[in-house]
Amino acid sequence: MDVSQYLEIFVEETREHLQSLNEHLLILEKEPENKDTINEIFRAAHSLKGMAGTMGYKRMQNLTHNMESVFSEIRNDKMKVTSELVDTLFQCLDALEAYLDNIVNTQDEGDDDNQPIIKLLNDFLNGNTDKASDTVPEAKTDTSVSSKEAPGAAGFSEVKFADFERHAIIEAGKKNLKVYGINVHIDPNCILKAARAFLVFKSLEEMGEIIKSIPSTQDIEDEKFDFDFSMFIISSEPLDKIISAVGNVSEIRGVTGEEIVIKDDEAEGGETGRAASSDNESASKENVKAPAAQSKSSGKPVVNRSVRVDIEKLDVLMNLVSELIIAKNGLVAFNAAEQVQHSQGFNEQIEYLERVTTNLHESVMNVRMVPIENVVSRFPRMIRDLSKKLNKKMELYMSGEDTELDRTVIDEIGDPLMHLLRNSADHGLESPEVRKSLGKPETGSIFLDAYQDGNNVVIEVRDDGAGIDVDKVRNKAIEKGTITPEQAEVMTDKEIIELLFRPSFSTAEKITDVSGRGVGLDVVKSKIEALGGDVECHSIKGEGSTFTIRLPLTLAIIQALMVRIGKEQYAISLGSIQTVEDIPVGDIKYVQGREVITLRGTVIPLIRLGELLEVPDVEPDAENLTVVIIKKGDKQAGLVVDSLIGQMEIVIKSLGKYININKMISGATILGDGDVALIIDANAIV
Amino acid sequence: MENKAAQNDAAAKQYIVVRFGSEQYGINIKYVDNIVRMQPITRVPKAQPYFVGVINLRGEIIPVMSLRKKFGIEDDIFTNATRIIIVKPEQQATVGFIVDSVKEVVTLEEAQIEKNNISVDSDGQSHISAVGKNNGELISILNIHSVLSDKELV
Repeated sequence: MDVSQYLEIFVEETREHLQSLNEHLLILEKEPENKDTINEIFRAAHSLKGMAGTMGYKRMQNLTHNMESVFSEIRNDKMKVTSELVDTLFQCLDALEAYLDNIVNTQDEGDDDNQPIIKLLNDFLNGNTDKASDTVPEAKTDTSVSSKEAPGAAGFSEVKFADFERHAIIEAGKKNLKVYGINVHIDPNCILKAARAFLVFKSLEEMGEIIKSIPSTQDIEDEKFDFDFSMFIISSEPLDKIISAVGNVSEIRGVTGEEIVIKDDEAEGGETGRAASSDNESASKENVKAPAAQSKSSGKPVVNRSVRVDIEKLDVLMNLVSELIIAKNGLVAFNAAEQVQHSQGFNEQIEYLERVTTNLHESVMNVRMVPIENVVSRFPRMIRDLSKKLNKKMELYMSGEDTELDRTVIDEIGDPLMHLLRNSADHGLESPEVRKSLGKPETGSIFLDAYQDGNNVVIEVRDDGAGIDVDKVRNKAIEKGTITPEQAEVMTDKEIIELLFRPSFSTAEKITDVSGRGVGLDVVKSKIEALGGDVECHSIKGEGSTFTIRLPLTLAIIQALMVRIGKEQYAISLGSIQTVEDIPVGDIKYVQGREVITLRGTVIPLIRLGELLEVPDVEPDAENLTVVIIKKGDKQAGLVVDSLIGQMEIVIKSLGKYININKMISGATILGDGDVALIIDANAIV
Repeated sequence: MENKAAQNDAAAKQYIVVRFGSEQYGINIKYVDNIVRMQPITRVPKAQPYFVGVINLRGEIIPVMSLRKKFGIEDDIFTNATRIIIVKPEQQATVGFIVDSVKEVVTLEEAQIEKNNISVDSDGQSHISAVGKNNGELISILNIHSVLSDKELV
């Protein structure tokens, strides 16, 4: 059987399973008795084995088979989860990942049999059977396994419905529509279960509205189910017609279903919200939890349909949208220039076009947005490994994993984040003994928080460790000749901390293999700046450090304020603009020979953009200056410009390879009349 | 590598002959993407002094360099004959050269090309890779990669 066409799907799904294994193993280590987790792991390992086998990757299959045997023992309570076992299992995952990388690169799994790991696994198995015979082999019958499976036909009565679902069922009843619970068993030999499930969904959607599924649609789509799943559908069709429609999907082994009735009065007073089944009350002890995802779906339980698209195709689409926006800007400019009496219709059409292009741009951008989860999900595992390696106790807390960023940013942000986390683990957190003597909890905490802030996404890496020793950094900087002692005198703590971002500046006293080779924070900084963002560091000695990364939400097209300086036009990203002020010349004050203004109690340095950019023929000062107040983090600056032109949606273009541009210029854009305007990077100026 | 490129240049056949200052220069046609008339150039602050700025060529931003400034000749005087030669030395990297005028396309045999050994600097590099002889006229053949490197000819 030629399976090469499935290769892409195989790779993607294997990645997902490996990730899920990683996550669940971490949970398992903390909660060795957690049955749900064990089942989840078993399921993932089983799927991996099956997939690898189908694709003909024998070594991979062999390794997963051995893993599965171990999981099976654990599941049947014949084996205890120990830290060593988890270590070995993590090694297995690494080996599997190595196989997968080989497959991605060469379509071949490579020829490493990973015998040592398999032997370790078998040792665990054998050692276990010895022990098991000593102790009483209390093989509990595995009732809990079924706990996460979809309910059998008899189990519909136990299903809990969320309020909106119950409401939908009652509404349906009023409209004389019927509600059915459908249970589908997929053939165990089926390769692409999710695809079959999708076909089932599709055929059901033609008959009526699906209000709920168990497991959740997301889980089904991700193939997080064994071989059966249940759905609840509101339809006007009779039950047998629906069942036969589902039965027509190939590789479906069996379909059962029954009608579900919720009594109105029960619904009104009912807080338990159970679907009363007609007659088939069975004594099944199945305890089906509504998956967590269910509670999130906002009363619109539609099947999530998704397509995997090559990023290059999206880039093409994005470029076309950019072209369209440039063309639209051209029309707008043309319209403005020809101040002739155009018919009302022309203006309307332009406004319409403007609306359409903006919406189009937004949707294309949205398509490219990926939750940051894709990057950060591997960090808990990394921290666990670091914890072992560094002999420090630490815990990673993450929040905001659903924050979305452009795909290109997501691809690049992983390394810098990893660097910062390693930094926190290695340099930030103290050893348990030191922590104890300081009265801190022995286990150090590292936080990774992501959230959206206006047009930016902020990612914070925080630890409760030792913080940065500013004096140490200062001395090191003087010793290295980075700054002179005189400079060091006048530098603030914040400026000293910023020295850490200079190339080859590491204060780690000994080089570990985790970090401290002197190629650290400067790489982080340059990478983040390449993405159009910036990174800052706050640190309190003894309490910990916070690294704040700020990234633009979108890369290619931004809203900008167009300003005029002399005869030249420049664009400033709206994201970094706070306000625009009219400042009388008389209000300018001087601090250390630099111009500043006081605005609502804050002293803000003035920057003459004309001088900074060496613009010829800047207009002499009028009575009032137009000042654009920009901010970066908590720093502000006022940019003096000659006049404002207006707000515009601009497409960011690169200036090419050969011209050296100053950091102040982040790119160029093409205006409606075909002229080129440069984009000022406010972050580099503040 | 630089030398190898220079040899390839010399072995190749067709050159676009351009004029700036008092001399004629040849640019290997395989690098030339386009020739456009002079158009408004947007100044780029704090760039290298010989980069005049950037232009918009059908939606693409292209940096433009003045060969006169690069070669240390007096400033450009823009006339009707002034052209920007759009050169593409490698994929994804385009640059424009301002020249006083474009004369013709010539085909030079290997025998007509003399390996330049006059103005080689200390690194053995030069903006001119060879001199071609055509109908009694001399054409200096530009070494594109050297022209694009940041080094100034003193």
